[in-house]
Amino acid sequence: MSILVNKDTKILVQGLTGKTGSFHTEQALAYYGTKMVGGIHPKKGGETWTGSKGESLPIYSTVAEAKERTGADASVIYVPPAGAADAIIEAIDAEIPFITCITEGIPVMDMVRVKARLDKSKSRLLGPNCPGVLTPEECKIGIMPGSIFRKGSVGIVSRSGTLTYEAVFQTSNEGLGQTTAVGIGGDPVKGTEFIDMLEMFLADEATQSIIMIGEIGGAAEEDAAQFLIDEAKKGRKKPMAGFIAGRTAPKGRTMGHAGAVVSGGKGDAESKIAAMEAAGIKVSPSPARLGKTLVEVLKG
Amino acid sequence: MNIHEYQAKALLKGYGAPVAEGVAILKVEEAEAAAKSLPGPLYVVKSQIHAGGRGKGKFKELGPDAKGGVRLAKSIEEVVAHAKDMLGNTLVTAQTGEAGKQVNRLYIEDGADIDRELYCSILVDRSVGQVAFVVSTEGGMDIEAVAHDTPEKIHTIAIDPIAGVTADDVVAISKALELSGAAAEDAKSLFPALYTAFGEKDMALLEVNPLIVMKDGHLRVLDAKMSFDGNALFRHDDVKALRDETEEDAKEIEASKWDLAYVALDGNIGCMVNGAGLAMATMDIIKLYGKEPANFCDVGGGAGKEKVAAAFKIITADPKVEGILVNIFGGIMKCDVIAEGVVAAVTEVGLKVPLVVRLEGTNVELGKKILNESGLAITAADDLDDAAKKIVAAIKA
Repeated sequence: MSILVNKDTKILVQGLTGKTGSFHTEQALAYYGTKMVGGIHPKKGGETWTGSKGESLPIYSTVAEAKERTGADASVIYVPPAGAADAIIEAIDAEIPFITCITEGIPVMDMVRVKARLDKSKSRLLGPNCPGVLTPEECKIGIMPGSIFRKGSVGIVSRSGTLTYEAVFQTSNEGLGQTTAVGIGGDPVKGTEFIDMLEMFLADEATQSIIMIGEIGGAAEEDAAQFLIDEAKKGRKKPMAGFIAGRTAPKGRTMGHAGAVVSGGKGDAESKIAAMEAAGIKVSPSPARLGKTLVEVLKG
Repeated sequence: MNIHEYQAKALLKGYGAPVAEGVAILKVEEAEAAAKSLPGPLYVVKSQIHAGGRGKGKFKELGPDAKGGVRLAKSIEEVVAHAKDMLGNTLVTAQTGEAGKQVNRLYIEDGADIDRELYCSILVDRSVGQVAFVVSTEGGMDIEAVAHDTPEKIHTIAIDPIAGVTADDVVAISKALELSGAAAEDAKSLFPALYTAFGEKDMALLEVNPLIVMKDGHLRVLDAKMSFDGNALFRHDDVKALRDETEEDAKEIEASKWDLAYVALDGNIGCMVNGAGLAMATMDIIKLYGKEPANFCDVGGGAGKEKVAAAFKIITADPKVEGILVNIFGGIMKCDVIAEGVVAAVTEVGLKVPLVVRLEGTNVELGKKILNESGLAITAADDLDDAAKKIVAAIKA
């Protein structure tokens, strides 16, 4: 089993014809035949995209048209920052069930606008500024390097893209492997939070343990810890290891004063680590010991 | 990106917010004319630096009993005397660090008769994904202390992005600030104006501390701190023009030209990493092995080899750097691009300190091949732990 995506997920690419979109679509097609079914370009509808190894995909003018013609149930967005919010909204309007936005650097106010539309829709948005989602040997959406994955039992969720890879790499090296790895993205306003993913991993039978990686800022880790405490009271609990990036980051460099106020003084690494430990997550002090820490938890 | 108080106030004035009249000056000779252009008889002389806590700050060059970075004056002569005292000197506040900041600009402002000092800020509340007002009756002081000691005195009012600031929102904010009479009337235009300014200019933070109720019952923006979303500057040339590079670290300015996320720190191990999370984690692991990072540097996802080379040059140009750790886990970033950038930079500027490179992920074999064939003195690392150990050992040796 897996969460969010599997071998049958049919994926559209918004921003297929750009350099980044092309490269990662080729990588996805090469990853156990991930079902990429078409691309979107407002002016190139009817043309065909060709990859460097001769792969080809049809291009449609709009997401709505592409969905109707291909039966796609997911979309991945590589559109540059200035147009990315509109691309997400186009996918929401076309009622794409699962939208992943890889784009880094979208203005926050654009995401506030997207979030208002998203909350009134049935779509799920992953990201933006995220690496996407990968279920080993089935489906790769986004930019995660497929070679480091191994089919297995660990569910991985992280705010940081590259730390997702660390967790994947280390759990593969420990022989545990992954059910699904999800990068939820580092932007302040995003579509999917830790709690959404933890709920799915708790419900997924194949996922026997979970790694959760957070970072300083906001209160999402504290909220997730409270969620886990509440679920554990209902008897839903899985072994977990974690990490918080930014223990040594200087205070006030990235967060304004008022940012700390609105989250009620939460947001620093110590607060997050304490909340996660209180929820039964073993938090590794080193980002290089994520896999080993989980193995220790599993040994009891 | 931050701007000065006087610039923020001019911007808010354009949206109809009530601000005092004032004049920014760069030289002592301009002080008298500036004061004469104001109604008087009360003036405020305010240091313009990108840091808070100016009022309680101390000038390094002046004695411990000298007044701080924000001063009242009751005559034009007093304004000129303060200007002489402050301009060119170094102000140390709770937010500047021990080095302090040189005061190159002053803002001479019309004084106000203050009845009450309030706090009002606007930011994006990430827990709901909406813009929110954060307000408190406890203005004029350190708001973090208020939040810590009396959290019930801080009120957060989130704004629906489709409806904007409604009449109900204004009532909620006014109630939280205990506004009545003329102030409550002023609130009906002020809070929507602040919200509009925040959204239209893509601000990250707008903090009015204090927002005052004057003796005549009206509201006035007495101080304004404004920072902008760096990701949205591409659509605001007017905001970009307000940038004061003398307030920023030279390395950080150079980094921003290349769109690199770079923060100068105090340690001696330079870091170049892809991804903010991994960059912070790399700093954390260096500290875990007993050393301090010289910088935070995230080269991002879509960097080309020129950008990588620029990042590498900025890191090597820092005289504190005794060793460099490059840690790349390629996803969107390809390891061969990093390798080419590092080789190009080292070829151009040379390498005087130990360099440890850890590559993993997309095109890793190609990246390792480029480094191996370059003939440069690069220590390869197998994983993050190995990389941190090797760089710490290298600078201890």
